[in-house]
Amino acid sequence: MAEMTPEQYQEYVGRRKRAAGTRRAVGTGARHLVLIVVGLTMLLPFTWMCLASFKHLSEVEEINPIPTTWHPENYIEVFKEIPFGRYYFNSVFVAAWVTFLQTLTSAMAAYAFARLHWPGRDTVFKLYLGTLMVPGVVTMIPNYTLVVKLHFLDTYSGLIVPAAFTAFGTFLLRQFMLTIPLALDEAARIDGASHWRVFWDVVMPLARPGVITLVIFTFMGNYGSFFWPLVLIKSEHLRTLPIGMLFFDSSYGKQTNLIMAASVMNILPLIILFICTQRFIVKGIQLGAVKG
Amino acid sequence: MKRTSRRRLADLGVAVLFLLPNITGFVVFTAGPVIFSLVVSFSNWNLQQTVPFQWVGLKNYVEMFHTEDFWLYFINTGYLMLAMPVSIAGSLILAMLLSQKIRGTVIYRTLYYLPSFTSGVALLILWKALYNPEFGPVNAAIGWLLHNLRLNDLAQFLSGHGIQPPEWLQSTRNLLGIETEHARLSGASWGIGARDAIMFMGVWMGIGGGNMLLYLAGLSNIPQDLYDAAEVDGANRWQIFRNVTWPCLAPTTFFIIVMSFIGGLQGGFEQARVMTGGGPAGTTTTLAYYIYTRAFEQFQIGYASAISWVLFIIIFTITLVNWRLGGKQVAE
Repeated sequence: MAEMTPEQYQEYVGRRKRAAGTRRAVGTGARHLVLIVVGLTMLLPFTWMCLASFKHLSEVEEINPIPTTWHPENYIEVFKEIPFGRYYFNSVFVAAWVTFLQTLTSAMAAYAFARLHWPGRDTVFKLYLGTLMVPGVVTMIPNYTLVVKLHFLDTYSGLIVPAAFTAFGTFLLRQFMLTIPLALDEAARIDGASHWRVFWDVVMPLARPGVITLVIFTFMGNYGSFFWPLVLIKSEHLRTLPIGMLFFDSSYGKQTNLIMAASVMNILPLIILFICTQRFIVKGIQLGAVKG
Repeated sequence: MKRTSRRRLADLGVAVLFLLPNITGFVVFTAGPVIFSLVVSFSNWNLQQTVPFQWVGLKNYVEMFHTEDFWLYFINTGYLMLAMPVSIAGSLILAMLLSQKIRGTVIYRTLYYLPSFTSGVALLILWKALYNPEFGPVNAAIGWLLHNLRLNDLAQFLSGHGIQPPEWLQSTRNLLGIETEHARLSGASWGIGARDAIMFMGVWMGIGGGNMLLYLAGLSNIPQDLYDAAEVDGANRWQIFRNVTWPCLAPTTFFIIVMSFIGGLQGGFEQARVMTGGGPAGTTTTLAYYIYTRAFEQFQIGYASAISWVLFIIIFTITLVNWRLGGKQVAE
C-alpha cells in the first residue's frame, strides 16, 4: 500500500468512522425491525380478540377484523348469560388463600434451611429439591382419591389445602434469605428475641422482594389453575374462571363475540398485574434458575 | 466445640417446628402419593367400583404396551416437543437482540412476555377461534395472501390444482407425514394439521417467556472483558458468539433444556381438553391427556396410575441422560 499523507490519513480515518456509524445505524434499524415484527406477531391475536369482543354476532365470522358497529354491551351480556362475577370471586378467593398458606409455609421452611444450623440440613434440602422433579401427573390421581376420602370433593377446601405446600417456594425464599447477613439474627437473638420474632420481624421484612415475587407467582399460577379445579369441582357456583370459561365455550361455542369478551375479562387483570409488578417477576424467574 | 454442637441440636428442635407445616404437606400430598400411585398401579382399582378390587400384578403395564393407542399418544407427545429447539433458539435470539443497548427494551420485553404470562384457558379458546378453518382469521389471512400474491394461480398453473389452506385443528395431517393408524410415514399424511397447530401456538406462547428472561439474565452475567478481548483478537461476530456467548450461556441452556423436557413430556393436557378433545382421531392426545381421560372420565385409577408411572420413569430417565450429557459439557 502506498504511503499516505497526513491529510489522506485523516480523511481515511474519517471515512472509516462514518462507515462504522452508518453500519451501526443500519444494524440498529434492522434490529428494531425484527423486534417490531415479533412484537406485532405477539400482539395480533390479542388485538383480534379485543375487536371480536365488540362485534355483533352476525359479524364475528367476517374477514374484516374491525367491527362496523361497536357493541360494548357484549360485556354486560356475559354477566347475564353466566355467573361470571362468581367465577371471578372463586378464582381470586382460592388463589388468595393458596398464596397466603404457601407463602407462610414456604417462608418458615426457608428460614429453617437458610438461617438455622442443624445436623442433616443440607441432605434434607437436597431431598426437597429432588421433589421438584416429581411430575404433577403422578401425584394428581392419589391426591384426588385422598380428597375424596377427606370429603373435600367439590369444596373450596379441596381446591386450597392440597395446593398450600410447595418445594419451589421454599427454594426461592431460601435463595433470598441466604443473602441477608446472619449477624442480624445473632444480634436479635442476643437481645433475647425468640426464633419466631427473628423470623417475623428481622428476616421476613428483609426478604420482602423474594416474598413479593413468590406471592405474585403463586397467585398467578392459581388464578389460572386448570387441572385441579376441573377434576374437583362439580357445582356451578364453585367453578373458577378457567373452568367457567371452558363450559361457557363448550355450551355457547357459536357466540364467539361473547366468548372473546369473557376471555378479555379473564386476562385483563393478569396484564395489569404484570405491568405493575414486572421487575419482581423478571427478577424472580432469573433467581429461580440459579439452581445447581 | 461442645457449645457449637449443643447449639446445633437446639437449632434442630426449632428447625423441626419451622419445617413442620411444609413437611407435613409434603408427606401427605407428594411423597405419600408417589408411593401410593405405584402400589395402586398393580391393581384394577376403579373409582366407580364396577369391578371388585383386585391385585393384578403387571397386567396394567402389559395391557398398556400392547395397546396401539398408547404408542400413538407417545408419538404425539414426542411430536409436540419437536418445536423445542426452534422455541429455545428463538428465545436466545430475542434475548440477544434485547440485551444490546437499544431503545424500548422494556416495551419489547413486556410484549414478548405477554402470551406466556396470560397463557391459559382464555388464550387456548382464542386460538381455537383463530384456527377455525372456515371463519378464522388465520385462514382468512392465508386466503388473502394466496389470492393477492397470485400464489394460487401459480400452483394451478404448475400442478393443476390450487392450494387449500390448512384445516388446522380438524386435520390429522402433520409435517412429518406420520400415519395415524400405524407408526410409519406416508406422503398422504403429509400437511399441516392439529398437532402442528398446537406446536405453532406453543412457540408463540413460549418464545418470549421465561426462557427469554433466563437468557437475558445469562447474557448480562457475561463479563464485558471477554467481549473486549475477543474483539482485540480480531474475532468476527460469529466467532464471538461461538467462543464467548454460547459457552458462557451453557449452564442456562442446559437448565432450559432439562426443564423443557420435563414440561414437554407432561404437556398437551390443556390444549387437548380445551381445543380438540384429544382429536381428530386421537392425534392431539398426549400421555398427560390419556392419563386424565382414563382416571377422571373412566375412573380406571389403577390403569391410569400405571401410565403415570411409565411417564414418570421416562421423565426421570431423560433428565438423568440430560445431566450425564449436559452436566459434563457445562463443567468443561
